Amino acid sequence: MDNLKFDEATQKELATFLEKEQAQARLNSAVHNFTAMCWDKCITGTPSTRFSRGEESCLANCVERFLDTSLFMVKKIEEQRAQQLS
Amino acid sequence: MSDFLKLSGASSSGNVPADMTMRKEAVMNSVRNELALANVQELMNKASDKCFVKCVTKPGTSLSSSEETCLSRCIDRYFEAFTLISRTYKTRLSKERDEQPSQ
Repeated sequence: MDNLKFDEATQKELATFLEKEQAQARLNSAVHNFTAMCWDKCITGTPSTRFSRGEESCLANCVERFLDTSLFMVKKIEEQRAQQLS
Repeated sequence: MSDFLKLSGASSSGNVPADMTMRKEAVMNSVRNELALANVQELMNKASDKCFVKCVTKPGTSLSSSEETCLSRCIDRYFEAFTLISRTYKTRLSKERDEQPSQ
């Protein structure tokens, strides 16, 4: 039975491995959300054989501005909380 | 050489049975496969949703050829969008990480 267990070093290695894979999975899930969201915002016409320049830059801007928005919201709420405390 | 010695300290030939290394690799590979499968399934589900909305605006008794053309272009574009957004997000993340220490 004992030889079915992983030794301590291997357990640690597996834990590190799982953490990395989980981080990768979280990243992928965020990319899925962004893609769905930005697709609706940027791809308004019938899909063509290639993206127009406008669509391509809209997709990239969409992600960047969404992240800016999250940061902005956090900053805003922190400011409000600081005001309430003072 | 020193790296090799460090490694062999934890797993010198006698201490770690080859069997355990194999089981470790098997666990890692199955985790990788499961996640890759989940990722592809998620992408397919999302692409089907989005492309159905876009291409099949008035469902008939079967898919028309123009609907099929639209669907096949749509899925290609959806995958392209996913790749583009993944690249943009990763670039942004590494940029934020680089800026963090100086703040």
